[in-house]
Amino acid sequence: MLGKKIVAMLLAGGQGSRLGELTKSMAKPAVPFGGKYRIIDFPLSNCVNSGIDTVGVLTQYEPLALNAYLGSGQAWDLDRMNGGVFVLPPYVSQQSGEWYSGTANAIYQNLPFIEQYDPDYVLILSGDHIYKMDYSKMLEIHVAKGADATIAVLNVPIEEAHRFGIMNTDDSGRIIEFEEKPTEPKSTKASMGIYIFNREVLTRYLVDDTRSVSSEHDFGKNVIPAMINGGQKVYAWEFTGYWRDVGTIASLWEANMDLLGVTPPFDLNEKEWRIYSRSPVMPPHYMGSDAEVENSLITEGCVVHGCVRRSVLFAGVTVEPGAVIEDSVIMPHTVIRAGAVIKKAIIGENVLIGEGALVGCEKLPEDEPYDTKLTGDITLVANSMEIAGGARVPAGKVIRFDPENRAE
Amino acid sequence: MSSNAFGLIYTGEANAQLRELTFSRSVAAVPFGGRYRAVDFVLSNMVNSGISSVGLIAQRNYHSLMDHLGSGKEWDLHRKRDGLFILPPFVTKDNTGVYRGTVDAIRSVLGFVRRNTQRYVVLTGSHTIYNTDFDAMIRRHIETGADITIMYSDESGNDFDRSEQYDDLRLKVDESGRVTELTFNPLNPGTPFTGCDAYVMDKTLLEYLVEDAAAHGEFDFMQGVLIKNQQKFKFYGWKYDGYVARLNSVMQFYRHNMNLLKPEVAADLFNPDHPVYTKVKDEVPAKYVGSGCARNSIIADGCIIEGEVENSIIFRGVYIGKGSRIKNSIIMQASVINQNCDLDYMVLDKGCQVLGGRRLAGYDSYPMILRKGVVV
Repeated sequence: MLGKKIVAMLLAGGQGSRLGELTKSMAKPAVPFGGKYRIIDFPLSNCVNSGIDTVGVLTQYEPLALNAYLGSGQAWDLDRMNGGVFVLPPYVSQQSGEWYSGTANAIYQNLPFIEQYDPDYVLILSGDHIYKMDYSKMLEIHVAKGADATIAVLNVPIEEAHRFGIMNTDDSGRIIEFEEKPTEPKSTKASMGIYIFNREVLTRYLVDDTRSVSSEHDFGKNVIPAMINGGQKVYAWEFTGYWRDVGTIASLWEANMDLLGVTPPFDLNEKEWRIYSRSPVMPPHYMGSDAEVENSLITEGCVVHGCVRRSVLFAGVTVEPGAVIEDSVIMPHTVIRAGAVIKKAIIGENVLIGEGALVGCEKLPEDEPYDTKLTGDITLVANSMEIAGGARVPAGKVIRFDPENRAE
Repeated sequence: MSSNAFGLIYTGEANAQLRELTFSRSVAAVPFGGRYRAVDFVLSNMVNSGISSVGLIAQRNYHSLMDHLGSGKEWDLHRKRDGLFILPPFVTKDNTGVYRGTVDAIRSVLGFVRRNTQRYVVLTGSHTIYNTDFDAMIRRHIETGADITIMYSDESGNDFDRSEQYDDLRLKVDESGRVTELTFNPLNPGTPFTGCDAYVMDKTLLEYLVEDAAAHGEFDFMQGVLIKNQQKFKFYGWKYDGYVARLNSVMQFYRHNMNLLKPEVAADLFNPDHPVYTKVKDEVPAKYVGSGCARNSIIADGCIIEGEVENSIIFRGVYIGKGSRIKNSIIMQASVINQNCDLDYMVLDKGCQVLGGRRLAGYDSYPMILRKGVVV
């Protein structure tokens, strides 16, 4: 097999428990985003646009949706003779066999996959971030600096720095200290969970890490600090574009809203950095004679007779006459019946919202109490659920999956 | 289920009535319905019938067609066994490269016909748009023991306009469905049953018929094979009741596109049970900005709508500027309409540009066309 300069390993294992009902039957990277994408389309498209044609996708949680979605990789131009995209679940071998016990362990277990391509460099990515990044530029700097490892960092506001892994660097950009969620941050350079390693250094540290019983086998917590302490040359590479961790309901909603407007915070319309995705094979969307729309994204297969404001509609959504959708994200193939009103909500796939139902309406004193820890004021309806006609779903409530009320 | 038939699509129709639409492309590649090309429908029909081997006879201006079809992977025809075969003209000792007609064209691809292991051939043109699978037609062909089965539709609901007549095959059939009379471009049709340019027959019969027609100096399949042989062979009709769009003229092109705004026509041509495949462009979802809106319109992905759109078909990647009003128009891929323009009854081919403040209008009975890439 011909050697590769660089191989990407995409950590897609995350259950994404803070996304609650959305990740009940699929891994976080398979969650729909931005009208026709899934989260994983972003790192995958970044790879292809950066000239990386070999990507391993490491997953162990609900891999079916992800596996079916990736298929042969054709949608991302990753159906290659030499290389391409591979889903890498944990496996049992003669000596051992175990689940991935951490991000570093997942890569360790797949070192044979990497070795097949004999790459000089390994790029480690997360499958739950929304951003556009040219990894080839990061690699250029990595090579120019003669680094052993390079970590992409983002400048975050100092008051938020305590939520991130913070890199303290010297003047040359070399990382001298790494602090995971420091109470008193010394810098605002937050790790984005994107690493380039020299393969030989990575292999050595992963083997050592596996032997260590005290290690949690995590890149941020164990491997990176070990490299810094071991005197390896670890550099920070600063990224200045849009980047969002869409690990929570609020951040997922916000990132969708960031796509709207004349000059949106995150612009998908750049022709030179297309985001690829699996095409839904549906006709263009149809706007009825009485349809109203304002600042929204609407995808192929939608039929809109009602009113859509500041919202993102995924493929095949139907909005019947008189229905009103505001500040919401409606995932594929969901049907909104006549007169229903949806405000500030995320509605899952294949949901049926009955006639005149009110989703995200004001909470009344007689409403049963419910937990809004995960949702805040955003209402969430799980995939495949049916909301009965005329029903009220107050703001911030979660309608969990329940086979009794499945939409036909 | 794989089918015991293979497909053969002729794309060499030369119809001057399509004017600017076919200056730089074959009819097969004429854009339709916001994101499709005419040929997508017949090709998808074949794929949805389990046909896995399709030959596509390219004849004129076929660059745009080849660019669209590529390896055929979007139609799932990028295969090891069978697949999509684009068959452009080539020069041999008894082939001048330019086909004089359908018979000539099919005769030059008999190698492809012979190589196929399937027994039946579904032979079609490329300017007729409908969404069905050919299973029922093939079954009927076998049941009736027909030599050739001709797909037709009942056009009694549509006015006959002689000036738009193109390859107009009319059928009279008896109660059993057997064809009793075939006429070609008749002055007075005398029957509303009109051929859909799709035929099923045994592939060995096709081989014989085109060789025989060529030997008698005939070039055209309809006239030289069907009309000439109607006494000699058993022809049966297979009536198709769905929506049929024949792209015979600019007016027809305009009318059939606009008909997609009717829910019943859209439901028929975009029947979710028979998806229509086309080249994937990875466009972002359509974006409405500010006061941008659309009523009774079809809008494809990749569009940015800042103006108002009404009764129109907007293809992929079109930009409509603030203050512009688009009515009763068809705007093809990647056209740009700047601010404060007024368009009414216009057909803009791909990549046109309308500068700020321009007013362009055709009329109900004569939509104006801007040909590909024009800047106004």
